[in-house]
Amino acid sequence: MGADEYAKVGIPNNRGTKIFSLVGKIKNTGLVEVPFGTTIREVVYGIGGGPRGSKKIKAVQTGGPSGGCIPEVMFDLPIDYESLAQAGSIMGSGGMIVMDEATCMVDIARYYTNFLQGESCGTCSTCREGIQRMNEILTNIAEGRGQLEDLALLEELGKVVRDVSMCGLGQTAPNPVLSTLRYFKDEYILHIVEKKCPAGVCKALIMYTIDADKCTGCGLCRNKCPQGAIEGEPKKPHSIAQDTCVICGMCYELCTFDAVLKTNREG
Amino acid sequence: MCRITIDGIGFDAPEGWTILETARFLGIDIPAICFHEGLSPGGGCRLCVVEIGNGDDVRLVSSCTHPVEEGLVVRTATERVIAARKMILELLIAQCPTSKTLQDLAAKMGLKQVRFTAKFDDCIYCGLCVRMCEEQMMASAIGFVNRGKELKITTPFDKNSEVCRKCGACMYICPACTVRCEGEAPQEILCGRCENALQPTCLESYHSFACWMGLRGECGTCAREKLEDKKEG
Repeated sequence: MGADEYAKVGIPNNRGTKIFSLVGKIKNTGLVEVPFGTTIREVVYGIGGGPRGSKKIKAVQTGGPSGGCIPEVMFDLPIDYESLAQAGSIMGSGGMIVMDEATCMVDIARYYTNFLQGESCGTCSTCREGIQRMNEILTNIAEGRGQLEDLALLEELGKVVRDVSMCGLGQTAPNPVLSTLRYFKDEYILHIVEKKCPAGVCKALIMYTIDADKCTGCGLCRNKCPQGAIEGEPKKPHSIAQDTCVICGMCYELCTFDAVLKTNREG
Repeated sequence: MCRITIDGIGFDAPEGWTILETARFLGIDIPAICFHEGLSPGGGCRLCVVEIGNGDDVRLVSSCTHPVEEGLVVRTATERVIAARKMILELLIAQCPTSKTLQDLAAKMGLKQVRFTAKFDDCIYCGLCVRMCEEQMMASAIGFVNRGKELKITTPFDKNSEVCRKCGACMYICPACTVRCEGEAPQEILCGRCENALQPTCLESYHSFACWMGLRGECGTCAREKLEDKKEG
């Protein structure tokens, strides 16, 4: 295929194809090559085969750690540089991470700012301090210490870091924060006001309990609990001692009877 | 010579000058922490941001590193620039609240709040000492180590440097080594704030500095008259 033939693929201004690393909560993961102008929906539901489990797909993050999260309602967006930029994301390194309802957007933003604060070279103040402060605020929100004013501050700070930083890392680093704030503000507000994590990810806001009706007393969780927090006699319903539990989720993953429940911590 | 426009003033700037040099030559005040006339520009503190360009292509750049070019349009004190500078200073002051240089700047720029928890670091990583040691003292005894959160300025392997002559130039130039007046409440991030209420009147009425003649109360009657017109109208 010569240059002319290649240029026929794609759409004006964005000619040719783009390779994505399609990963996350979908059936088919791997490297995919699509012409520019393909919609996100075609990639996620067509090539990716849709959600892996029973949970609905919530968002997709494009462009690697400093890309933005695009919500499901915008999946008809064609993949090209301008559309992604307008949606608050980037083409970046061609990552495409699909997230379902078991993903907490506050946790995602916190995770990426944590990664980026180590990646920053530290030369310019906005990138070095700005990312650290964004991570600090997000950690506070994820741990139930957030205030509503923090959201305005996050947005203000994110925009300054984006506008003022010296290089591309700082200029794109606030994308995960700004895009989740733009599309998933209700999740942030739930974390702050009601101290609830709807996806059940933020450890400080959730707790594990055992449903006595479903528990058969097999002892699997009791044996594997790294904290020794699960008590109970064989063949009788077990219970979790909340003061020693570290919310690792081991029991939740192990239980074959769905007897371990993940609930929001009260109060 | 390049014909440029700074805050509406047309000026033929010599080739190779930066925006900051040109602005200071014209008497326009742009705050800068990591800039020093005797050293190469670092561009790290970002306080000297200015707005350049027209129409769709408007962006913020650090004036200490941006060279002048033909037809360049610069605005040194728009609302966006002032907001960015205040946020940068808020970040720096939360990092090192004990610095007099930073506290004075906060007073001058009218910074009224710091919404981040204080770190009480000893350094703001402006890199002045590193450049001073390398460029003026020809020693290169200190440098940046690590990156991001782990960044620090030290001698190689944290050991007493053989090339360091203990001249003290690094301390002389350091903006974080200056100790602030603690005022009445030393535990507060912003110090006594004796001057903190000052903010140019024209920023409120024109959304950018109309002049740089002085601070609130000192500036010309033009702004005050404009404010009164607004109230009446």
